Amino acid sequence: MKNKLSLFSIPYVIWMALFTVAPIVMVVVYAFTTAGGGFTLDNFSQMGTYAVVFTRSFKLAIIATLVCLLIGYPVSYMMSKEGKQFQRVAMVLIMLPMWMNFLLRTYAWMSILEKNGLINQFFASVGLFELINTIFGTDIQYFKMIGTQGAVVLGMVYNYLPFMILPIYSVIIKLDQSLLEAARDLGANSAGVFRKVILPLSLPGVLSGVTMVFVPSVSTFAISRLLGGGTQMMLGDLIEQQFLGGAYNPYLGSAIALVMMVIVVVCMWVMNHFGEGEEQAVML
Amino acid sequence: MKKQYRIGNRLFMGLVFLFLYAPIILLIVFSFNEGNSGVVWKGFSLKWYASLFRNRIIMESVYTTLLVSLLATVIATAAGTFAAIGFYNMRRRLREPLMTVNSIPMMNADIVTGVSLCLFFVAAFAGWNGFVTWMEGAYRLTAPRLYLGFGTLLLAHVSFNIPYVILNVAPKLRQMDKHLIDAAQDLGCTWMQAFWKVVLPEIKPGIISGALIAFTMSIDDFVISYFTAGSSTQTLAMAIYGMTKKRVSPEINAISTLLFATVLALLIIVNVREARQEKRLNRRR
Amino acid sequence: MKKIAALTLACSMAVGLFLTGCAMEENSGSQAAGSAAGNSSSNSNTEKRVVNVCSWGEYIDTDLIDQFEEKTGIKVNYQTAESNEALYSVLKNGGANYDVIVPSDYMISQLIEEGMLAELNYDNIPNFSLIADRFKGLSYDPENKYTVPYAWGTLGIIYNASMVDGEITSWDAMFDETYAGDVLLINNSRDALGIALMDLNYSVNTTDEGQLNQAFQKLSDANAKGVYQGKVMDEVFQKMEQGNAAIATYYAGDYLTMVENNEDLRYVVPEEGSNWFVDAMCVLKDAQNKDEAEEWINFISSTEASLANMDYIWYASPNEKALEQYPDYYEETYGEPLDPEAYEIMAAPQEVLDRCESYLVLPYETRALYNELWTKLGVS
Repeated sequence: MKNKLSLFSIPYVIWMALFTVAPIVMVVVYAFTTAGGGFTLDNFSQMGTYAVVFTRSFKLAIIATLVCLLIGYPVSYMMSKEGKQFQRVAMVLIMLPMWMNFLLRTYAWMSILEKNGLINQFFASVGLFELINTIFGTDIQYFKMIGTQGAVVLGMVYNYLPFMILPIYSVIIKLDQSLLEAARDLGANSAGVFRKVILPLSLPGVLSGVTMVFVPSVSTFAISRLLGGGTQMMLGDLIEQQFLGGAYNPYLGSAIALVMMVIVVVCMWVMNHFGEGEEQAVML
Repeated sequence: MKKQYRIGNRLFMGLVFLFLYAPIILLIVFSFNEGNSGVVWKGFSLKWYASLFRNRIIMESVYTTLLVSLLATVIATAAGTFAAIGFYNMRRRLREPLMTVNSIPMMNADIVTGVSLCLFFVAAFAGWNGFVTWMEGAYRLTAPRLYLGFGTLLLAHVSFNIPYVILNVAPKLRQMDKHLIDAAQDLGCTWMQAFWKVVLPEIKPGIISGALIAFTMSIDDFVISYFTAGSSTQTLAMAIYGMTKKRVSPEINAISTLLFATVLALLIIVNVREARQEKRLNRRR
Repeated sequence: MKKIAALTLACSMAVGLFLTGCAMEENSGSQAAGSAAGNSSSNSNTEKRVVNVCSWGEYIDTDLIDQFEEKTGIKVNYQTAESNEALYSVLKNGGANYDVIVPSDYMISQLIEEGMLAELNYDNIPNFSLIADRFKGLSYDPENKYTVPYAWGTLGIIYNASMVDGEITSWDAMFDETYAGDVLLINNSRDALGIALMDLNYSVNTTDEGQLNQAFQKLSDANAKGVYQGKVMDEVFQKMEQGNAAIATYYAGDYLTMVENNEDLRYVVPEEGSNWFVDAMCVLKDAQNKDEAEEWINFISSTEASLANMDYIWYASPNEKALEQYPDYYEETYGEPLDPEAYEIMAAPQEVLDRCESYLVLPYETRALYNELWTKLGVS
């Protein structure tokens, strides 16, 4: 029976070959080709010029991930200490935005951050700008929010925070209470219990959350287009531009995508070495 | 827990939830705006909801999104379950590399998956269309030409959903007591019956959670759809993206509100039922 | 819990599908969304007739689409692209199955060069005769085999007089730090580099790499100094109308649309000169619905449709009679005479056109250089 049932997987193996492996092979092929069809390393030699884009994307993604972690971990921990009723409601509240479309969540911020958007209007109406101008002797009329890197980070944090909270929360909840009690019995105070028991045991969840925030953040293009204005290119913008945007060059685009993929895979591999990465998708 | 901790915690969590929901609330509020700005309130009106239903592009994209997500979930769940069972019964040496390949779409950034599928489909179709042109020229036989469209969109969604299903079903398979199957067969089942009556019920929670995740991923997806849907098919996310590049109309706010209300209702129903079930269980104890 | 969740989900999604399906039937009198991956290459008589049009944003009076559908029974799938270059990417990428596209002059030359356009059967487009002679036989389609002009206009600077001191007369304003953070750069390589070239008094059709690199440097420096709030195409409408930016580069017709919503806006064709363009309708070579495409083109070129379109999108039509009759048409429709300034911006007089260059198709290496420079903008 073992052998018979393993045949079940054959259709999927073929599927994977077609739709997972072959496409990636194509990206690799395109990365090393020119428009004329010849083999070339040109696409890669240009990588140097785009180093700024890589660093910018990684920098912003790291910032966003850290912010999500700094907000998400405490929230997960606090949630785990509350009663069942609260936890249930909180779970609904966290999952709701995830089920709303990602574009809608990003779009929600667009009109808020504009020069004449809600935030600036609000501050203007309470006289914040006059206050700042009198204290600091400056002359600002509004906060420049949209079109900045800060807006992009904000968009990333807003979109991906639930993806950080959920894995951490689900791991912390399943922690064996008796371990915590044992630690306390052995004399640890709350901080000690947290540092030496909860934190290490929650690492798989943290890794999961970090992966689920970092990877989309590094490669986003919708968020940087909508909130970032497009004047500061990020990796996703760059790649999209080469395929469906204003500078058609799928060869260069493939090369950039390949480099990004390799870097991300290396990062993931390094991280997974510090934990068991299996529960990556088991959130619900 | 000490009282000030509790209040502090609640405050912090409250702020986080406020942060999560403030923009959505604003979207909802301005969907009832008489004016067409997302910023200046001009009075209450339902006109954007009315014009939303008349907006062909948005309605078609909602239809496409729901259709693709449902179909992809169903197909991916079935295919993923069978694949997981197949993998489970393989030798470890064969299984490990296959599972690694399986997790590639999950690990890869969306844009790489989208771009790679786009290149693949386009190349495949270019080849096919060239063949069709040659056939038409040489033999006067015609066949349909293929373009990026709903089909490729569906294929792409199924492709990135299956790994999630597998990753939810596989642990349940591992947790399952192998002896159950042997026991069933000892009691007279064929292996087919053993499969349906023993294995499937055991892994059902994994299948369902896999299906739910697949559905969420499909509904939420933007990037992969953007590269594989072609020009005439649009998901809701793509339609919104297109609209943000032009004059933005509060119809987007209206659809956000409707989406929000639907999901809220669903989640409330689910959780109320779960709460009731737990109460029933607790009472029995 | 999961079982119930799944069931409830399935039910509500099924209901949702049903409802949206119904809503769509009401709207269009036909079923289904989008086209499946297997389009048949010829329309059989039992299938509904369809035409797939790709044009630009805010570029058609949507009533015309409804009129056409009623009149001919052909369903119109109307989509828009962001810029000529984006359209080209989509076409080259192979994902598009458009029938009619409306590119600008230089892009049409490029498409003809690459053999992507179909020759039109002008017998099916009798309204072509209504096109003014000065729009026939232009450099991008000298023998009039592939195109029928749709609209024409100028590129210029749009600025908000209440946010800017004095008048703007030069392309310098697009690189000036005075209004840093309030300037919108146009989001396509041809226009953006074109502006820089014009400011440097070079030709917009130059192939000199040195000049192009200079132009790029101008843009790049301005970007590094934070002059630009963002790169925009149609997002410019919202931004300028609501006073979220002070200066932008865009097209004449769009300015006239914007000024309807914000009286403080002004338009200027700068002293260094500018670009004047013609957008023309053409049919893709492997279009599936050629006959329907030609019917659409013919309908749009008619005088009534041209007048209605001119009125809505504020772009000048190449239709001779429509151009002449428009001021009277305006007066009849609105009861007040057409503002001569607006008409001048809409249908630029010869002196303005003389100061403008039109884009010619650039050779392959120059185009590659444009792509490269455009990719590099915003990198540093």
